[in-house]
Amino acid sequence: MEIKKTSLNKLHQSNNAKFVEFAGYEMPIQYSKGIIEEHKFTRSHSGIFDVSHMGQLFIYGDESLTEELEKIFPLDLKNLKQNCSKYSFLMNEDAGIYDDLIITKIEEGYLIILNAACKDKDFEILSNLLGSKFKMNLDNNRSLIAIQGPKSVEILNSIINGVDQLNFMTGNWFNSDNQKLFVTRSGYTGEDGFEISITNDKAEKFVENLIEKGAKLIGLGARDTLRLEAGLCLYGHELDINKTPVEANLRWAISKSRLSNGGFIGSKKIMNQMQDGASQIRVGIKPEGRLIAREKTKIFNDTDKQIGEITSGTFGPSVNGPIAMGYVDKEFSKVDTKILLEVRGKKHPANVCALPFYKKNYVKGVN
Amino acid sequence: MSEVKFSKEHEWITLEGDVATIGITKHATEMLGDIVFAELPEKGSNVEKDGTAGVVESTKAASDVYTPVSGEVVDTNQAIVDDPSKINEDPEGAAWFFKLKMKDQSEMDSLMNKEEYDKFAKESAS
Repeated sequence: MEIKKTSLNKLHQSNNAKFVEFAGYEMPIQYSKGIIEEHKFTRSHSGIFDVSHMGQLFIYGDESLTEELEKIFPLDLKNLKQNCSKYSFLMNEDAGIYDDLIITKIEEGYLIILNAACKDKDFEILSNLLGSKFKMNLDNNRSLIAIQGPKSVEILNSIINGVDQLNFMTGNWFNSDNQKLFVTRSGYTGEDGFEISITNDKAEKFVENLIEKGAKLIGLGARDTLRLEAGLCLYGHELDINKTPVEANLRWAISKSRLSNGGFIGSKKIMNQMQDGASQIRVGIKPEGRLIAREKTKIFNDTDKQIGEITSGTFGPSVNGPIAMGYVDKEFSKVDTKILLEVRGKKHPANVCALPFYKKNYVKGVN
Repeated sequence: MSEVKFSKEHEWITLEGDVATIGITKHATEMLGDIVFAELPEKGSNVEKDGTAGVVESTKAASDVYTPVSGEVVDTNQAIVDDPSKINEDPEGAAWFFKLKMKDQSEMDSLMNKEEYDKFAKESAS
């Protein structure tokens, strides 16, 4: 199959991107300055991320759509206000996660942002669940640009006036330069920021404009170190079809009002696990010293019993040390529990720690 | 000091008397990206030509460091363990990895000179 390219591919090239294949797309892993500088620039200024490979699924409908979606997602969508976003999951009957996603209630229905590697399957699953009653559009004509970091609000507001009035996890349609953009205040870095849905033909010029105002292009490499410092899950690593939201320590994302009556796919398993606890749970892990424990590193207790596995591990540039996330048996999931990580045949000490590794700076009380 | 020689695993090596100094090339650091971890062989240990003699990790991945010649490790560069970013800053100078007392200096003969290595690196990168 031919590798897919986003509408910003040429711009990445002219900015000396190093490319990797990711979910069938040719994506920039880094630019000439490297991952650490890109990471730090995002934390101190403003980074631009091309996330156009992600799925933008518009589902059109009224209250009857809300009712149908409540049978799928563990969310109180009836009480979700228009233009408000929620983090959620598409699950199977065993509460195994097909995908994690952001769903926003919009005037026309719902906008769901899906992971690139999952989006086609998600579309098929949702089409089967919803039938032909609602129009669905996995929109390939729109690019998705994220701008993240403390200077992002000032930069973006100078191009799209009014985005500074959005609270975190809300969005709206905006008009700029004769185009209709959907902007949400959200992101995947632990910083204040926005995600902008824009038609493909306008994307390059829009990003060039952001660059002119002082923001810089950031690759997938720094996107990974930023999200890991922020303690955020990456599908295919922390989350997959064999993990549930309770095991992933994401109970906060399940609406309380949906737990008493269930009625969403996977609710039985979720309600059981909420009551009895899961046997393994996702935790933050800090190796001692400088040692990096990568994905699939085995975790042991002090009597040589394997108690879990690392799902993501790297060097955190803002933490200035190694960081990781992984799953451990419930009894070892408490903060400050001493564990051992087997790297290159030797066991190294590490500690279970609280997430996130890096404190978030989300904007909540604008209006 | 001898001419700098290079290996296909992207190490450089110089020889002074029977002691060889070994590090990784600038080209290697450019391929790896930001280096954030380095592990060196133990002083007093013996390493064999083309065997592993350390590890470097970038933000992206871990890579083995190989030794282009055999010998006894007589010194290691603790400065790059304490601050691995030094490897990106001066890979073919201050950020040497380890020194070996060589057994068989003829092992140097099969290594590349600068011109040969530059050509090799250019070809292997594309």
